[in-house]
Amino acid sequence: MERLEVLKTYKIYIGGKFPRTESGRYYQPMNGNGNALGNICLSSRKDVRNAVVAARKAFGDWSGRAAFNRGQILYRIAEMLEARRGQFMDELQQQGSTRAKAEKEVNAAIDRLIYYAGWCDKYVQVLGSVNPVASSHFNFSVHEPMGVVGIFADADTSLIGFVSMMAPVIAGGNTCVAVASENLPLCAVTFSEVLNSSDVPGGVVNILTGKQSELVKPLTTHMDVNAVAYSGSKEVFTEIQQDSVLNLKRVMHFEQDWSQSNAQNLYLIEHFQEVKTTWHPIEDIGGATSTY
Amino acid sequence: MAKKKNTSEFPKWNYAPAPESTSHIQLKDRYDLYIGGKWVKPLSKKYFKTINPANEKTLAQVAYANEKDVDKAVKAARKAYDEVWSKMEPSERAKYMYRIARLMQERAREFAVIESLDAGKVIRESRDVDVPLACNHFFYYAGWADKLEYAFPNRKVSPIGVAGQIIPWNFPLLMAAWKIAPALAAGNTVVLKPAETTPLTALKLAEVIHDAGLPDGVVNIVTGYGDTGAAIVNHPDVDKIAFTGSTNVGKIIQKAIAGTGKKATLELGGKSANIIMDDAPLDEAVEGIVNGIFFNQGHVCCAGSRLFVQEGVADKVIEKLKHRMDSLIVGDPLDKNTDIGAINSREQLGMIHKYIEIGRKEGATMYQSNCELPSSGYYCAPTLFTNVAQSSIIVQEEIFGPVLTIQTFRTTDEVIQKANNTPYGLAAGVWTDKGSRIFNVTTKLRAGVVWANTYNQFDPASPFGGYKESGFGREGGLHGLSAYVKQNEYGTVRSVENV
Repeated sequence: MERLEVLKTYKIYIGGKFPRTESGRYYQPMNGNGNALGNICLSSRKDVRNAVVAARKAFGDWSGRAAFNRGQILYRIAEMLEARRGQFMDELQQQGSTRAKAEKEVNAAIDRLIYYAGWCDKYVQVLGSVNPVASSHFNFSVHEPMGVVGIFADADTSLIGFVSMMAPVIAGGNTCVAVASENLPLCAVTFSEVLNSSDVPGGVVNILTGKQSELVKPLTTHMDVNAVAYSGSKEVFTEIQQDSVLNLKRVMHFEQDWSQSNAQNLYLIEHFQEVKTTWHPIEDIGGATSTY
Repeated sequence: MAKKKNTSEFPKWNYAPAPESTSHIQLKDRYDLYIGGKWVKPLSKKYFKTINPANEKTLAQVAYANEKDVDKAVKAARKAYDEVWSKMEPSERAKYMYRIARLMQERAREFAVIESLDAGKVIRESRDVDVPLACNHFFYYAGWADKLEYAFPNRKVSPIGVAGQIIPWNFPLLMAAWKIAPALAAGNTVVLKPAETTPLTALKLAEVIHDAGLPDGVVNIVTGYGDTGAAIVNHPDVDKIAFTGSTNVGKIIQKAIAGTGKKATLELGGKSANIIMDDAPLDEAVEGIVNGIFFNQGHVCCAGSRLFVQEGVADKVIEKLKHRMDSLIVGDPLDKNTDIGAINSREQLGMIHKYIEIGRKEGATMYQSNCELPSSGYYCAPTLFTNVAQSSIIVQEEIFGPVLTIQTFRTTDEVIQKANNTPYGLAAGVWTDKGSRIFNVTTKLRAGVVWANTYNQFDPASPFGGYKESGFGREGGLHGLSAYVKQNEYGTVRSVENV
């Protein structure tokens, strides 16, 4: 007799925990063959608020970590993803991908995490500066994370878009609330299990599933979200821009194919950084000044 | 009580008037718009007057640009961009900018006097801060014009196009320089609108730009009110908006350009914390407090308007501060002895008075220095409030005048939390003798500019701009260039799938 398969309950990921949506609702995205992918959480605005609270709570610790430590943790995420290659390939195929394409997408996602792991303790050196001011001061500019970033992951891919948008955000010390692709949500959900076993503190990455049209408003109007990253249509982005004015969120619109080699670069980290410039006087004894 | 004490212990010095001469400046009775390299009459046929806030006398009539005038300016800028400026060798762009910097330096005193007349700013500050910094800004960015590829690793850069720039009345010439210099260096052309109360130095800058032989239309100056600015923001052929001003207007602009693809940098309001630790050198710190809040009459977006003093030294600091405030001279901006000049406009004076009244009604304790105020013109005595709370309106909202609120704190963690508890994030100051404490505080303050054991320092090489609702983008330094360039990738893009 054939063994009965154990089906997975897909959950959301908030503050390092795996709840179902507080609303109790679900939706059933279909794959290309018309088969339902499962009873996926239809997250509510209350879930968004809970996720933002978790992300804010995690921000102090995560942004205060040594850059080297963040790099190690991102590397650890890649290790964990590597170990679950099969699971992600299965899910990609379940959502309509071929086996060959699925394998390439998983490989690209792992390599992308390694790429950003390496940037963690380097981008400040490359982007920062010591500024040669004319007065006798030591003056330097460094990049700091913006805070809590809302991410609407690429709708057309299940894994690579999500990873490509999330990795530079957390590499730069931000925490995030990421909304998975509405129709291809499985890999983002399963990625939360990877994160959970990778030394990533709870709340650094929070992952919601559901209808983009329902979640855009609560996330982009939330007063404790500092930035929004969106990959999708111009019309929705215009709405995001307008809503973000409320507390002057920084908004980024990506119109790119995340499977391309140029979908990873230093500037994707920089987009979610603020520049802080610090001044301090240099002692001046008898007019013998010095400068940097 | 304080008055009596001060007059007995510290006799008031009398200074002979030391006014800067105005005989050498050249001001026309009427200014037209500077569009396409020519002075043109406004299609609106309207003019408005700009006055000296120190005595309410009219300085000049200035053209009031309407939508059609702005359209004309944008067209001139587009033509100059397409035909000349974006095609010019970057090294030649640099030379034009160096020339502008030099011509400004040669006429520096004239600029300083006109700035003081039009803005109410004290001559010492316009002469020693505003004008030299403005000249230096052009000099600094000139050198970037042919070195842009060094600023953005692994990127080719190109200009954006026509930049619409709207600047405030607190540092009129300096803000014009902050806006125009990086835009030109990167190969953009400009339509700039100065504030309605302080248009004169921007118009004088147009004269310098004209004398420098800058190709027609590269810089256009249109004067007017908020509707003129709105016409720039909403013009379909403007590629980039740079705005310095209030957070409210910044939000209106950001909303207006949503979906248009226009880029924006916004440098907006602030309510910056200035933190005095108990080990700080108190006399220096008091100078820093005074400079932080009373510099330029407090019309400074990064003014240190929220003072936090550690409990152990609070009484002493407040006593020293009151004493120092009493010695500040409020009066004629053109007098070289004056510390605090005229409030920029009647409207702004009303705003400051409104907030002072709110502070009193909220139950805060007010102290104003016992200085004499001139009988005409717009003046406000240096003011401080104690007994305020985080929730007080005067602690939360930007006043943009010489009004300081003072709170106390016990621990470093407490003051960091209080300092960051604001929608703004432009600047902050911290005073302490302990190096490790400086960096503990400066790394945790959520602000774009942090001054440790100093305040209100500016330099063309130093990026300036805010976090959160103080806006986004940086002006100054290498980081100020990115607002005016498009970054393009080198080489061809490979698909990961084909690797």
